[in-house]
Amino acid sequence: MNEPQLTPLPLLLVFIPLASAVMTPLLARIHRSLAALTAQVVTAVSFVLACVLLDRVAEVGRVVYWLGNWEPPFGIEYSVDMLNGIVLVLVSFIGVVVSVFARESVASEIDEEKHPFFYAMFLLLFTGSMGIVVTGDIFNLYVFVEISSLSGYTLIAMGRNREALTASYNYLILGTIGATFILLGIGHLYMMTGTLNMADLAKLLPPLYKSRVILTAFALFTVGLSIKLALFPLHVWMPNAYTHAPSAVSSLLAATGTKVAAYVLLRVMFTVFHPNFDLNVIPVTRILLVLASIAILAGSMLAIAQTNLKRMLAYSSVGQIGYIVLGAMLVNRTGMTGALVHIVNHALMKGTLFLAAGAIVYKTGVETVEGLKGMGRKMPVTMAAFTVAALSMVGVPLTVGFVSKWYLALGALDAGMWYLLVVILASSGLNAIYFWRVVDWIYFARPSKELESVPAGEVPWSMLVPTIVTAGLCILLGVQADLPVSLAEQAAGLLVGGAH
Amino acid sequence: MGENIIRRTITRLMVPFIQLFALYVIVHGDSGPGGGFQGGVILGASFILYAIVFGSEAGRRRVPAPVTDVLSSVGVLIYAGIGLLCLLLGSAFLDYRALPFKDPHLAGHYGIFGIEIGVGLTVAAVMVTIFFETAHRGEGGETRDG
Amino acid sequence: MDELILGKYNYWVYVALMMIGFYAVIAKPNLIKKIIGVNIFQTAVFLFYISIGKVEGGTAPIVWDQAVHYDNPIPHVLILTAIVVSVSTTAVAFALIIKIKERFGTIEEDQIRDLRRTPTGEET
Repeated sequence: MNEPQLTPLPLLLVFIPLASAVMTPLLARIHRSLAALTAQVVTAVSFVLACVLLDRVAEVGRVVYWLGNWEPPFGIEYSVDMLNGIVLVLVSFIGVVVSVFARESVASEIDEEKHPFFYAMFLLLFTGSMGIVVTGDIFNLYVFVEISSLSGYTLIAMGRNREALTASYNYLILGTIGATFILLGIGHLYMMTGTLNMADLAKLLPPLYKSRVILTAFALFTVGLSIKLALFPLHVWMPNAYTHAPSAVSSLLAATGTKVAAYVLLRVMFTVFHPNFDLNVIPVTRILLVLASIAILAGSMLAIAQTNLKRMLAYSSVGQIGYIVLGAMLVNRTGMTGALVHIVNHALMKGTLFLAAGAIVYKTGVETVEGLKGMGRKMPVTMAAFTVAALSMVGVPLTVGFVSKWYLALGALDAGMWYLLVVILASSGLNAIYFWRVVDWIYFARPSKELESVPAGEVPWSMLVPTIVTAGLCILLGVQADLPVSLAEQAAGLLVGGAH
Repeated sequence: MGENIIRRTITRLMVPFIQLFALYVIVHGDSGPGGGFQGGVILGASFILYAIVFGSEAGRRRVPAPVTDVLSSVGVLIYAGIGLLCLLLGSAFLDYRALPFKDPHLAGHYGIFGIEIGVGLTVAAVMVTIFFETAHRGEGGETRDG
Repeated sequence: MDELILGKYNYWVYVALMMIGFYAVIAKPNLIKKIIGVNIFQTAVFLFYISIGKVEGGTAPIVWDQAVHYDNPIPHVLILTAIVVSVSTTAVAFALIIKIKERFGTIEEDQIRDLRRTPTGEET
């Protein structure tokens, strides 16, 4: 491995969204529509930069940037390797897609004078997410976690219902406690090692693994991150938050929020602490495997019982997060590849589903699962995208969902845990139950009286194109999975290279 | 009626000193306790004190909504701008040694000085905004978004 | 034995405060009291950080010609940032509580839960 390369690209990925977030209220005073335009331009620029960065990482291995030119471990270092390179591209892509979708969606769901604030918060959430992924300093990580969380709370509270307020408040309480646990974990680590730089911690921690302070720090990190990750049983904030938030916000959070938290968990468990620690010193992998399995089954079962469409999708997310944690906790290359590939794939699938749900609300005001009856005739293109994503969630071959489940299953077999295979297959069956019911109603049921009166027709292009793009990727990356899988395999090698 | 006079007179005397102290705290962040955030809060508190004693309408007239909104953005932009300037002058983001002053030590001082001013502005503006936006509720006063 | 209790009293204090704050979050139904609980919780963490930065015989980390040792300034800097985060979180929470009071008419958690069960709650 050659020396990591110094380049300002990681910094720009944080700086540009941050400066634009602050400028958005100023620009909106000049002209109202500049707010939405700024969000779209900035996310697009970030996506291009993230792709360039990933390309550079693929050549060089690791790319770093030193803030203020202070060498680590004295200064704050931004460090990008294959793992966070992939997540950066994913987050910025979803950001572009949702900001294009948001123009019309937000116009119909939020009062006009709040639009500049919405886009400013949107860009702050984007900044926070990019910052979390890009940073190599563990306290900097906490700061960005709080930036993204706070803007998230504000965005959720902008929903139409008054339930959005209580959902946001509950999320605030739980999220702040989780973030404070993370802060406490950082303090314990600093107390024993004297450094805040992740690479430096990775070097200094191994002789200290038996220390109780380090074990406490690890426990605090895991619990705090599990709250952000919505891992069962700490998922309770998620269904309400995703149901009552504005549609664009639900899409963004569902597709990126938990993925970024999953990235942090992987970073802490496998880069800062080595896989050896997770397997041998405390059996955290076994504990999380159990929790993940429960999450997968419970999430799917709870989703079947839901009547509200977005709430059903939220519980489904609880299950899918279980898949990601399951793959990671297998601590072998195929399992980790499956987890990383599922991070990308779930973002695409859930993104499509939430975007379609937002389109449905925009056109027909329907929010319940039953209200989807006969929707196939009213909004054919959106419903086709929804169906593609639904089939992908079940794991039908030729879709991305199948690719993730394939690698997860292989990983489970490699680890000799065939009972996990049962969990994966059973949950696919459960997913099929609630998704097939929806698809059946969409195409083969008669629409309700209210729906009959709504004219057939699609949502505006700015909302339709993002939905089609994400749905298309569900198929494209399912048929031609070479690129994401090879990138994921390289990243997996970085994380668990030594084990198995 | 009587005690109001006492409160108003004392406040009128104290507010300038509080603001001066706030500026002192901001500027002397690197050689004593203080810095941008602390000084900004004191500065914001001076406006809030004025608003508490003289009423929120009078207070709001002193720092109208457009001013606080713009200032809160401008402060962050000052911070980001100084960092960007260091970046554009060839070195890293927030590397004060790249700034065009005689020796790097002095450049560090002035760089941090500029940044703290930015932080202080933003924090003061935000504190004032928080107070006025929450204080108007239930008072029957005008709110900005109803 | 007293090394464990008296020697490490800063840890005992911070854990006690943390649990008091945590209890307030869980047990109090009033929304504002919950936020106060979160604040106490966070303050306990700040105390912890500052207490681990203390160096024996050290003075405050400000340049002083008569100083022999200084306390570690890094925890102080970290806590400054964390305090700002705490203030922002509290501000957002209070804004939410004000809006909840406007839309629900109450800030007691049990009354809000009852109101949510009734099939209203749409935009008035």
